[in-house]
Amino acid sequence: MEVCGISNVTLRDFSCEQSLLSRPDGSSSFMQGDTSVLAGVYGPAEVKVSKEIYDRATLEVLIQPKVGLPSVKERSQEQNVRETCEASLLLSLHPRSSLTLVLQVLHDDGSLLSCFLNAACMALMDAGLPMSCLFCGVTCAIAVDGEIITDPTAAQEKECRALLTFAIDSKKCRVMMSSTKGSFSVQELQQCIAISQKASEKIFQFYRDSVQRRYSKNL
Amino acid sequence: MISALKDKVGQILVPGDEFCCGAEDTISLTAHVQPEKVVCGPGLMRSADRLQVCKSGVLRHKEPNMFWMDSQQKRYVPTKGDAVIGIVTSKSGDIFKVDVGGSEQASLSYLAFEGATKRNRPNVQVGDLVFAHFIVANKDMEPELACIDGSGRANGMGIFGEGGLLFTVSLGLVRRLLAPHSEIRSDLQQLVPCELLVGINGRVWLKSSSTQRTLIIANLLQCCDTMTAPQRRTGGRSALIDCPSQRWRM
Repeated sequence: MEVCGISNVTLRDFSCEQSLLSRPDGSSSFMQGDTSVLAGVYGPAEVKVSKEIYDRATLEVLIQPKVGLPSVKERSQEQNVRETCEASLLLSLHPRSSLTLVLQVLHDDGSLLSCFLNAACMALMDAGLPMSCLFCGVTCAIAVDGEIITDPTAAQEKECRALLTFAIDSKKCRVMMSSTKGSFSVQELQQCIAISQKASEKIFQFYRDSVQRRYSKNL
Repeated sequence: MISALKDKVGQILVPGDEFCCGAEDTISLTAHVQPEKVVCGPGLMRSADRLQVCKSGVLRHKEPNMFWMDSQQKRYVPTKGDAVIGIVTSKSGDIFKVDVGGSEQASLSYLAFEGATKRNRPNVQVGDLVFAHFIVANKDMEPELACIDGSGRANGMGIFGEGGLLFTVSLGLVRRLLAPHSEIRSDLQQLVPCELLVGINGRVWLKSSSTQRTLIIANLLQCCDTMTAPQRRTGGRSALIDCPSQRWRM
């Protein structure tokens, strides 16, 4: 699926740091523009009997907002992130154990869900958990005049007509998860997916570069 | 496929990278062809006719056809045959429960010590450190430890840990410490004499002539992950010169 007229996709500057926390088994912080998320992964660890699954690991995702307690919005984001991670992790290799992913919002300036996904992927990679592929999150906003903005800021999100977030896998650039808000046509949806797939290439290249940096001392 | 794998040795790979079974390899019809087998270590998985990378890290190779991913991680996953340092957490009848840092506690029979019989029980207390190897370790069963080898000898295993310090480092560093001709180990040998016991589960037990020295070496080892070789050498030397007990002697 190729949509003509995608010249160049603009994303805000992003940066990341891996294994910055000492206690978790894997950690990362991911920044997209001014949006910043800190992620920590614990596992494979001992699991509560009530949550034990006999043939695969139990994955728990916890999202901590900047202030206050997690509410309904965070719960729905947790579910989105969890289902994406479950699809990419090889959970059957660690049956009857628990994986916990904690995501802490440091600052929200739009495209928060995609930043969650990127931070989660980096942290899972850092923890060395077996994964079948990588994934990344891309947010697209459709403005009132129909223009598609990738990686919008909070102000752009507020003014837009529709907001779409996709999780894209690294193998075949397929959509793993989508979360949408507002009204849009089928054509616009297709266009957003194509743009996200294009943008994902940049993010995956960034993942590779940052892993390269991390291992540069013991090559 | 082997040639494609060999090209990538020493490079960084991430989950999702794949190697196809070689369509480029031509098969001779006249000569007798021995099919080449590839042995996949941790981080590599076979799925149908492809070889899949499932951990990020550096691809390593050992002759003739062994490949694995060398990755830095902190959490240990029990593997059969690994020699580990465990902490005894409970005694229940014939079995000790031992924490080895994995997802489940390992069990250690009281008969799995050198010279132990039903009459002559080994003296093991809760909280003791034990150096043992896995005789059963797979994802579906409870891991089991033993402090004797196949011929019933202790071979260096058993209860230990009088007056030393136990600390944890990353699994990648432990593998570097245990590697034959390890650079870190030889640097340490030149720096200061000490007793060092390394478990592949990321636990290191250390004892040297004074508490301060032990602490300095422990800190140095924990920093080794993020230091280059020259940094390690100068850092170690300056830290030991600053050590007060050293100054008194001079």
